[in-house]
Amino acid sequence: MKSLAELQAIKDKMKSKVVLREGSEEIRVVVGMATCGIAAGARPVLNAFVEAVNESGLAEKVTVSQTGCIGICQYEPVVEIMEAGKEKVTYVKMTPEKAKEVVEQHLKNGNVVSKYTISNNKD
Amino acid sequence: MIRAQVLICGGTGCTSSGSKAIQEAFAENIEKAGLSEEVKLVQTGCFGLCALGPVVIVYPDGTFYSRVTPDDVKEIVEEHLLKGRVVDRLVYKDTGSEVVDENANVSLNDTAFYKTQNRVVLRNCGVIDPENIDEYIAMDGYSALGKVLTEMTPEEVIQCITDSGLRGRGGGGFPTGRKWALCAPNKAPQKYVVCNADEGDPGAFMDRSVLEGDPHSIIEAMTIAGYAIGATKGYVYVRAEYPIAVKRLQIAIDQAREYGLLGKNIFDSGFDFDLYIRLGAGAFVCGEETALMTSIEGNRGEPRPRPPYPAVKGLYNSPTVENNVETFANIPQIILRGAEWFASMGTERSKGTKVFALGGKIKHTGLVEIPMGTTLRQIIEEIGGGIPNGKKFKAAQTGGPSGGCIPASLIDTEVDYDNLTAIGCMMGSGGLIVMDEDNCMVDMAKFFLEFTVDESCGKCTPCRVGTRRLLEMLEKITQGKGTLEDLDKLEELCYYIKQNSLCGLGQTAPNPVLATLKFFREEYVAHVVDKKCPAGVCKDLLTFSINKDTCIGCGLCARNCPVGAISKTDYIAEGHKLPSYEIDPEKCIKCGVCMSNCKFKAISKQ
Repeated sequence: MKSLAELQAIKDKMKSKVVLREGSEEIRVVVGMATCGIAAGARPVLNAFVEAVNESGLAEKVTVSQTGCIGICQYEPVVEIMEAGKEKVTYVKMTPEKAKEVVEQHLKNGNVVSKYTISNNKD
Repeated sequence: MIRAQVLICGGTGCTSSGSKAIQEAFAENIEKAGLSEEVKLVQTGCFGLCALGPVVIVYPDGTFYSRVTPDDVKEIVEEHLLKGRVVDRLVYKDTGSEVVDENANVSLNDTAFYKTQNRVVLRNCGVIDPENIDEYIAMDGYSALGKVLTEMTPEEVIQCITDSGLRGRGGGGFPTGRKWALCAPNKAPQKYVVCNADEGDPGAFMDRSVLEGDPHSIIEAMTIAGYAIGATKGYVYVRAEYPIAVKRLQIAIDQAREYGLLGKNIFDSGFDFDLYIRLGAGAFVCGEETALMTSIEGNRGEPRPRPPYPAVKGLYNSPTVENNVETFANIPQIILRGAEWFASMGTERSKGTKVFALGGKIKHTGLVEIPMGTTLRQIIEEIGGGIPNGKKFKAAQTGGPSGGCIPASLIDTEVDYDNLTAIGCMMGSGGLIVMDEDNCMVDMAKFFLEFTVDESCGKCTPCRVGTRRLLEMLEKITQGKGTLEDLDKLEELCYYIKQNSLCGLGQTAPNPVLATLKFFREEYVAHVVDKKCPAGVCKDLLTFSINKDTCIGCGLCARNCPVGAISKTDYIAEGHKLPSYEIDPEKCIKCGVCMSNCKFKAISKQ
């Protein structure tokens, strides 16, 4: 180890691996992962969220986790985004592509992607 | 991409309750569920709540599973990791509040045990993988060393530590900054930094946990100390009874060498430092600083008179700084976050936090770290969860064989160095043994004296002979053969040993006796005058008897008595069909088996 820059490089590389354990409460992305969700393809959605959040450098303020059945099985995969002081946003019928869009638009720029929310997708 | 991490405690406590098997079960089940790419398994150091081990934490939720068995693992993997449903029955939920919300997803930080803690020394224990230097670096590891070597002069480092108010955590409470400042100006071809990891107090295990859970923090701190005082070599003296700690520390040293964080020209600053482990064979006296250095030199671990102090003539007669593991663990944080930050915690003369090893009659046995000045009541009732089985708190023993005890009447004492010294107790290394009404204080003092008699190195007479005489007097008292005069003699001898012993071991050995004499004299008097042990511990003063009117004559006691001391009488109590039993006091060995077997509470001891 000859310089602080080298140390910083290791730190940056590792940060995303341990940041999960600090449990940031700023923004929580919760993916419904009960049998209905999994059957509808929630696993790739969850993985897409984790990947996109890390790629866009949001890992320190966004926690991606899973939950059981949210109760609206016909809309699965369902993703809820909770942010302190803001109303909960529920996205429905998600796909990995939509997930990437939500990370880019909603989590990064703060614009809710309303075309995917539950209020605009009622049958 | 990893989306969840499963942290499994690999500290000594959880390892002995089977965390290895759990780790294997997780690996197997995660593989089977096809989650290997998404879920990472991490073995960490001690979480602190050893009573509820083996402990497993799942992140990002921070769900805290306690007392996990290998059979539970399949369920956790299939339910929680796969489907996102927390396995409720295994979650530890004690938040200390009256209302228990069964559905609330209680995370680790909300529990009563963790809520009031402030983890500085233990910040990485149970959070990082101790065998992976990269994880330590991710948690700001070695940044303090980088800052010290590139931005600070040795004088500035010492000033920072002095300003922080950090005092030695090994028990004595000597200001760390002053210790370094005393050593720094002494010129010598070779100086040394020594870490005292010879944790010998019965019941204390915080140093072990730090070495097991965060070994790099000690390496970093010792290197900083080396730079501050101008030493290029360091030794960690650790007990051979701590195999996991030794193994992880060696791995950490090897990794640090590989990264060039130990060795020549660290951070291109021209500063060299290297570190070696020395194993102790478990002699209590080797925790005393001069005896420890004598032992590192390869000699029999005996203390030597001071002065000269180690700062002038220590290891191999060279200037040496010796600090305890917990003291070192504070150093990197002080450098990074500043002396003011550290000094903002704690009381006027005791800054920062202290780790305590809670043991004895308490629900949450384990490790807790709290700011100095927290009351004993908070430690025991809130964090420790109180005394089990509805018993009453009697006293807390601190400082092990060198310490005293805090009686129930002083439970609101704010715990810091000076307050404890003022009531004739001492902080010690942080063992805190809680005692309830079933503990006899004379017996407790006798227990610690037995320990010091065994561990006295024999070099000086007051300690070698004095402690033995003390023990004999205590034995006499617990056998009911003592007199009131003995109590005065006991006290006199205590003071004599304290004043005349060579090292800390002898100087503090009488403390358990003095403290119990001070706060529980009436218990000594009961042993001497009434020939009774109020707590019902001292066997020679007990008699077991059967209440013939409560006894229904089932005969269970007689069948279980190992010496055949119980026999049938011809007395049949009113309303009973069978004759009652009686105990022959001549034959009785007072083992108590009859009493614990009797379902009708007909047997009592006095």
